[in-house]
Amino acid sequence: MYVAVKGGERAIDNAHAFLAEERRGDPAVPDLSVAQIREQMALAVNRVMTEGSLYDPDLAALAIKQARGDLIEAIFLIRAYRTTLPRLGYSTPVDTGKMATTRRISATYKDLPGGQILGPTFDYTHRLIDFALAAEGDAPPAPQASPLGDVPRVTGFLDREGLIEEEPASDATPGDLTREPMELPADRALRLQALTRGDEGFILSLAYSSQRGFGRTHPFVGELRIGEVAVEMDISELGVAIEIGEITVTECETVNQFTGSKTQPPQFTRGYGLVFGQTERKAISMSLVDRALRWKELGEDDTGAPVQDQEFVLMHADNIQATGFLEHIKLPHYVDFQSELELVRRLRAGMTEAAE
Amino acid sequence: MTEHPLLQVSDITKTYGGRIGCADVSFDLWPGEVMGIVGESGSGKSTLLSCMAGHLAPDSGRVIFDTRSDGPRDVLAMNEPERRMLARTDWAFVHQNPRDGLRMGVSAGGNVGERLMAVGARHYGSIREQAVDWLGRVEISSDRIDDRPRQFSGGMQQRLQIARNLVTGPRLVFMDEPTGGLDVSVQARLLDLLRGLVRQMGLSAVIVTHDLAVVRLLADRLMVMKDGRVVEQGLTDQVLDDPQHAYTQLLVSSVLQV
Amino acid sequence: MSDYNFAYLDEQTKRMIRRAILKGVAVPGYQVPFASREMPMPYGWGTGGVQVTAACLTPDDRLKVIDQGADDTTNAVSIRKFFQRTAAVAVTEHTGAATLIQTRHRIPERPLIAGQILVYQVPIPEPLRFLEPRETETRRMHALEDYGLMHVKLYEDIARNGAIATSYAYPVKVEGRYVMDPSPIPKFDNPKLSGTPALQLFGAGREQRIYAIPPFTKVVSLDFEDYPFEATKAPHPCDLCGDEGSYLDEVITDDRGGRMFVCSDTDHCASRQAEGHGGRLSTQGDAA
Repeated sequence: MYVAVKGGERAIDNAHAFLAEERRGDPAVPDLSVAQIREQMALAVNRVMTEGSLYDPDLAALAIKQARGDLIEAIFLIRAYRTTLPRLGYSTPVDTGKMATTRRISATYKDLPGGQILGPTFDYTHRLIDFALAAEGDAPPAPQASPLGDVPRVTGFLDREGLIEEEPASDATPGDLTREPMELPADRALRLQALTRGDEGFILSLAYSSQRGFGRTHPFVGELRIGEVAVEMDISELGVAIEIGEITVTECETVNQFTGSKTQPPQFTRGYGLVFGQTERKAISMSLVDRALRWKELGEDDTGAPVQDQEFVLMHADNIQATGFLEHIKLPHYVDFQSELELVRRLRAGMTEAAE
Repeated sequence: MTEHPLLQVSDITKTYGGRIGCADVSFDLWPGEVMGIVGESGSGKSTLLSCMAGHLAPDSGRVIFDTRSDGPRDVLAMNEPERRMLARTDWAFVHQNPRDGLRMGVSAGGNVGERLMAVGARHYGSIREQAVDWLGRVEISSDRIDDRPRQFSGGMQQRLQIARNLVTGPRLVFMDEPTGGLDVSVQARLLDLLRGLVRQMGLSAVIVTHDLAVVRLLADRLMVMKDGRVVEQGLTDQVLDDPQHAYTQLLVSSVLQV
Repeated sequence: MSDYNFAYLDEQTKRMIRRAILKGVAVPGYQVPFASREMPMPYGWGTGGVQVTAACLTPDDRLKVIDQGADDTTNAVSIRKFFQRTAAVAVTEHTGAATLIQTRHRIPERPLIAGQILVYQVPIPEPLRFLEPRETETRRMHALEDYGLMHVKLYEDIARNGAIATSYAYPVKVEGRYVMDPSPIPKFDNPKLSGTPALQLFGAGREQRIYAIPPFTKVVSLDFEDYPFEATKAPHPCDLCGDEGSYLDEVITDDRGGRMFVCSDTDHCASRQAEGHGGRLSTQGDAA
C-alpha cells in the first residue's frame, strides 16, 4: 500500500545537524571565535549592522559565524532578533558635526579647515594579493596623530555663501519603517531609512546607473567622514540628555549641480547618506540615490530612469524581503502546479476535440 | 429640444509658474455640434483640452456638463469617482498617439470591450459581438479581433482607439490631433470615417488640431488660439474664408501655400 | 525559547496587528497596511500568516498548520514547531479539533465551524498586481472600484484559450465591493470562501498587508454569465480513500508513467481511511 510522503520532521532535524557539521568544517582546523570575526572581519560586521539596523558588533559577528559567512543570512538573523527587542525610547539625533573623525575627505576642496584625513582606507593600496598575510597577519602599530577637535562641515562653507540649498533643522519626529508600513509617496526621512537598510549591492547599482546617465545628478563627494559619535537620550525624569554610548558611523554628503529655474538662481543641492561603521561604498551610493529620488521637489524632469522611481527603488531595496520571496519558490507548490497541469490537459483535450 | 448647451466652458485659466497655458477661455457647445480649436504648438489648445477633460486642474474657471442623471454640473467640482465614471460613459478621449489611448498588450477585442466591462457588461458573447460590430464600423476586419494593436498599422491603431472610445455611446468626444502622425492618404480615410460616425451618432465633439483641413471637414465652429488666448471664433467656413484677425489670416494663408 | 514573549512577538506588536485585523474585518476584502515585522523565517515562507497567528493565539488554542493541504510538509512542520516552542500551545492534525488553522494554498475539505479561525499565508495580496504594477495606482483603482481591467484579463483568457486560464489565486469579489486575491488556493477551493461560519484572515508579511473575510460573508468568483466560474479538480477519486469530491495531488509512482491520485488534505484522507473507506490502491476498505 502506498503511504503518502511523510517524515518532514525528521528530514528537517537531520538537515539541521548536517548544516551544523558543515558550518564547523574540518574539526582539525581551529574554531573561529566571535571576537576574531568582530576584529578581523570588521567591514562585514559593519555591513551586517547597517542593513540589520542594529548596532551591536558582537552580535553581528556571531550572526556571520552562524550564517557561515553569508552576509544576507547574517543580516536576516540580526533583523529577526532585533524585532523581538522592546523599544524603550528614542535617542536624540546624533550630531555628526561633533564626530571624533578617523577619516574625512572632500572631493570638492583641495584643502580645507580640518584637513583631509585619509584614515584606514583601501583607496590608495595596490590591489596585489599580499601573500605575507597567509603566513603572518600581525601589523606594526601605525603612526599616531594628536586627536582633532570638531571638524567643520563642507556643506557649511557652501551654506554660508548661499551656494547650496538650505536644509532647515526640524523637530518633527521622523517616521519609522520598522514600526509603520511604508506608504507611498514616502517622505525623505523614510526614504533615507529604507536606503540605509537597503541592500548594498542594489543601492550601489542604482547609484552607478545614475552616474552612467539613467537619471543623472552630477554629484561630487562634498564630504565623507567616518568616526565616533555620542548617542544621547533625553531622560524625562532628569530633564536632561545623557550619553548612553558611542557608535561609529559613516556620513556622506554629495554636492550636486542644479541649474536653477526662472524664479531660483543656480544653487547646489544635496544628497545624503548615513550608515553604521565604516561602510563608505554604501554611504556614497545612498547619497546619490537619495539625490536622484528628489527630482520632483527640485523640479527636474522624470527621465523614466529606475533610480528616479521611488516605488521601484523603495519596494526592491530590502534584501531580506527580496531573498525570502525569491527563495520561497523552492517551497512545495504541488497544489498550484496540479491545477495548472489539469488546466493544460483540459485545454489540450479541447483543442484535440476541436481538430477532430 | 434641450434648452441648454451640452458643455459650457467659462473663464478657464491655467498658468505654469509665471507662464500662461491658456487664459479666460469661454465657449458653449450644443448637442450634435463639433467645435474645432486651432493654433500652433504652444498656443494653449492642448492645455485647454486637458483642463476640460479633467486631466489637468485649471487655476480658475468652470466646465459645466449636462449630465444624464443630474442635469448641468461643474465637472471640475466633481469628485474623482464621479469624474472617472463620466470618463468611461458619456465622455471619450481620442489621443494623438494611439499608444496613449490603447492597451498595447491587450487584443483589439479586449480594447473595445474594456469600457463595456467597466460599466458592468458580464456576458462574454455579447461583449464580443459588440466588439466585432465596432471593428466593422471602423473598417477593421473581424478576423483581427484577437490580434494585439502592436501588430496594427498606425492608421488601424487610431481607428481602433476610436472604436474603443465610441463603443459605450458617449455624448461628448474630446480629440487631440486625431490625425497627427499619420501620412496623408491615411489621414483622409480617417477623416472620412470620423465625419461619418459624428453625423450618424449625432456626436458632440471638441477637436484640437493644428491642421486646418481637419476642422474644415469636421467642425461646425472654430476657435483660433494664440499665446493662450482665443483671438477669433465663429462658424468654420466664415473664419476660414474671411479671417478677421491678422494671426488667423496668416494661418489660413500659410495653409494655402502648401 | 523562554527569552521570548508568548508567541514570539511582543505585546505591543500583537496589539498593532490585532488593530489591523479588526479593520480588515470591518472592511471585508480591503487590504489593510500593517507594519510587518522581521520574523525568524524568510519572507515568502509565511511571515504574514505567522504574524497573524501570533496575534490571534491564546494559551487555550489548539493549532493546526498545513501546507498544500498536508500537516506533514516541511514548511508546515517548521511553523507548527515554532509555535509549540514560542507559545507552548496544543497542536492537532484534525481540522475539527483545531481552533486556529494556519494554511498555505488550501482550505481544508471538512467544512469549518463557528469559532474557528483560518489564517492564510499570502505572497502577493494585490489581485490587480499583474495587470498594474504600481501600488499607488492599484490602491486608487480599489478606492474608485475601477475593476474593468480585471474583466479585461478574463476576457483575454477566453479569447485566447477558450476558457478562463486562471486555476489558482482566482480573484473574487467580497460582499459586492472589494476585489480580493484569495491567496494561491486552487480555484476548486473558492466556493468554500463564501458564507463560512469561520473567520478567515489573510496575512502578507513582505507586502505588509492584512485582510479578512468575516463569517457569513458573500464571496463571488469573477466570471462571465456565459463562461461561469467552475471549481475544477482532477477527474479521479482518491486512490487511498476513494473520495470522489476532494482535491487531489498527483503522485508519480515510477518512471514508466505510473501515477496515482491522493487527497491533498492529509487529515481528510486519513480520517476517511480510519472510517473504513478505501480506494484503488488501498489494501483494505470497501472499494477495490
